[in-house]
Amino acid sequence: MITIENLTKRYGTTTVVDGVSMHIPRNSLTVIVGTSGSGKSTLLRMVNRLVEPTSGRVLLDGNDTRAEPAHLLRRRIGYAIQGHGLFPHHTVAENIATVPRLMGWDAARIGARVTELLKAFALDPATFAGQFPHQLSGGQQQRVGVARALAAEPQLLLMDEPFGALDPIIRAKAQDDLLDIRRRFGTTIVLVTHDMDEAFRLGDHVAVMSGGRMLQYGPPAELLTRPADPLVSRMTGLADRAMRLLSLSTAGEAALPGTVDGPAVAASASLRDVLSELVWRGVDAACVTDADGTARGHLTVAAILAHGRP
Amino acid sequence: MRADRLGALLSAAGTTALLSLPFVIFKANRIVPGTPHSLGDVLPAWGAIGCYALLLAVSIVALYVTNPRLRLFAALAGVVVVALAVAAAGNALTPAGNKVVRVAPGAGWWIASVCLGLLATDAITRLRPGPALRVLLLAAALGVALLALAHGTFDHLSIMREYAVNAVRFAHEGARHVALAAGSLGAALVAGLPLGILCYRVPRLRAAVLGTLNLIQTIPGIALFGMLMAPLGALAAAVPLAAQLGIRGIGAAPAVVALFLYSLLPIVANTVAGLKRVPRATVDAAQGMGMTDSQVLTRIELPLALPVIITGVRIVLVQNIGMVTVAALIGGGGLGTFVFQGIGQTAIDLVLLGAIPIVVLAFSAAVVLDALAEVMARAPA
Ligand SMILES: Nc1ncnc2c1ncn2[C@@H]1O[C@H](COP(=O)(O)OP(=O)(O)O)[C@@H](O)[C@H]1O
Ligand SMILES: [Mg+2]
Repeated sequence: MITIENLTKRYGTTTVVDGVSMHIPRNSLTVIVGTSGSGKSTLLRMVNRLVEPTSGRVLLDGNDTRAEPAHLLRRRIGYAIQGHGLFPHHTVAENIATVPRLMGWDAARIGARVTELLKAFALDPATFAGQFPHQLSGGQQQRVGVARALAAEPQLLLMDEPFGALDPIIRAKAQDDLLDIRRRFGTTIVLVTHDMDEAFRLGDHVAVMSGGRMLQYGPPAELLTRPADPLVSRMTGLADRAMRLLSLSTAGEAALPGTVDGPAVAASASLRDVLSELVWRGVDAACVTDADGTARGHLTVAAILAHGRP
Repeated sequence: MRADRLGALLSAAGTTALLSLPFVIFKANRIVPGTPHSLGDVLPAWGAIGCYALLLAVSIVALYVTNPRLRLFAALAGVVVVALAVAAAGNALTPAGNKVVRVAPGAGWWIASVCLGLLATDAITRLRPGPALRVLLLAAALGVALLALAHGTFDHLSIMREYAVNAVRFAHEGARHVALAAGSLGAALVAGLPLGILCYRVPRLRAAVLGTLNLIQTIPGIALFGMLMAPLGALAAAVPLAAQLGIRGIGAAPAVVALFLYSLLPIVANTVAGLKRVPRATVDAAQGMGMTDSQVLTRIELPLALPVIITGVRIVLVQNIGMVTVAALIGGGGLGTFVFQGIGQTAIDLVLLGAIPIVVLAFSAAVVLDALAEVMARAPA
């Protein structure tokens, strides 16, 4: 869906983004991860032209993004940022209605869409539609920020550290909600974060940036098993790389045929969680069952450990 | 029971003034020196005793009552009592049908009135009224005062005598005063808002523009009027059209130009400060969602900067209402005409006829615009 070709941004003599090329497929959730100042935001903001590249280009569905005025391009692309950036003088409903209004939707359609989104984000329309952002909790503000970004049904959603201001528990909930929303609306998402755990948790593609260059871009497991640069393995963490790898596969994917005597674990559980469960119980095998309780196979500690190395 | 500090101070000052300074001054005509009279001299015994008793009660409330509503009520009752007493003194000392004698409020009356006014203001502050209520209180106070004036309650007092002689000119100069103050504010807004926005957008321009405007502010008003007389006079002489438009070295033109120049700094500086206050993330989100630059400015930045800009407007309006007074010196007109005419004739009543409305105008503008700024700021930030 997005093709980035040799994109470079320079401010004076400093190169902030340095010749980045990547292809982001439709319906993927791509996470751009890197230390602070590595150029992630600048790269993201060149996609919706909040920053104009020094050289290189961005294609959206094959069309150069410079083919239309920047503000019209941006209305087709959702944008959510850290600290939500809600308009303090507009109500929750008005905030969510921002882009539909800019696009000239009629009032009835806007009203219906606002109600639909508030419900989708577990915000009761009767309570929240008329409230102002400062009356909401941090988690609620963040949800309104994402709802606003999705209001005009964009195919593409750009998110810049969207959960950066949330405390860990609300943050985990917001990450789950995002995966949910993505299933529900089928939106292609590009998310920027400096948090490697968040990258591994959310991304089906992860791009690692450092000093303006893209060190590696691929499925998360590949970053662990075939790091393209020593810096990538340093950033993904050497100490717990095996555990990270285990957390990327589910019990259902790794299950061996046949059943054994042992505790039942859900097919959707990660191998990391299954291993933890086995260690805790002091046994070395578990039955893998589907959500409806039917047996899917079994797992042994040895089989799990084999998944924890390249 | 602990006595209220401010209440004690105001009671002591008011009582001392009433007992030791003249309540009214009686003059056989406008020019001759007057003779002082105390409250007891001019009112019948029951009236004077009633007044003193009521004011004593107000003092007790001021000293020992903490309930702000009660304090406000007492202060307002005190204001009404001294106002009616001075009106009664005027009536009592003026022979029927005589338009020559002058009865002016004396120092004792002025000090007692100021003390009661401060007591009322303090009580209102303690009540913490919302912006709407403050404007309502102001409107009520002005309404009552105007009704009493229209009813003729104070017609025998010297200031109202001056008013009666100058009624037509008073209306004219009053309207001119407001027009000069508001007109130069309007011009400053038309020029200052875009200039402020420009200064915000182009930081390099900011220091230069604000520095220049700051410099203008330091020029004393009368000096600036003088400095403008020469170039405007030359302009009028050289360009007949300018002269036809009323531009001259003296009169309204230099006054408006000077006030406009003074008004620019608060408008430009507050526009810049207000825009700076808009969170970076809010503007970023607005642009990221596809607003054009002018939509970001009119829908996001200016509304969020408005409370600070209104504060600038308040400064300008109050400042202008005061400064227009000086414009009278160069023929600009306005209520200052009475002030300077009064000074020239050593007719203090004429000075007050100009000065009191100026103070009332400035005070009212401050109250209304403060309330407006508060309402704007409350729209959450
Ligand atoms: N408008 C700008 N002018 C100059 N330098 C900038 C500008 N925007 C970003 N930078 C610099 O570019 C670098 C990368 O910034 P950014 O893309 O925001 O990094 P990240 O989002 O990864 O933390 C930083 O060192 C930052 O200081
Ligand atoms: Mg960033």
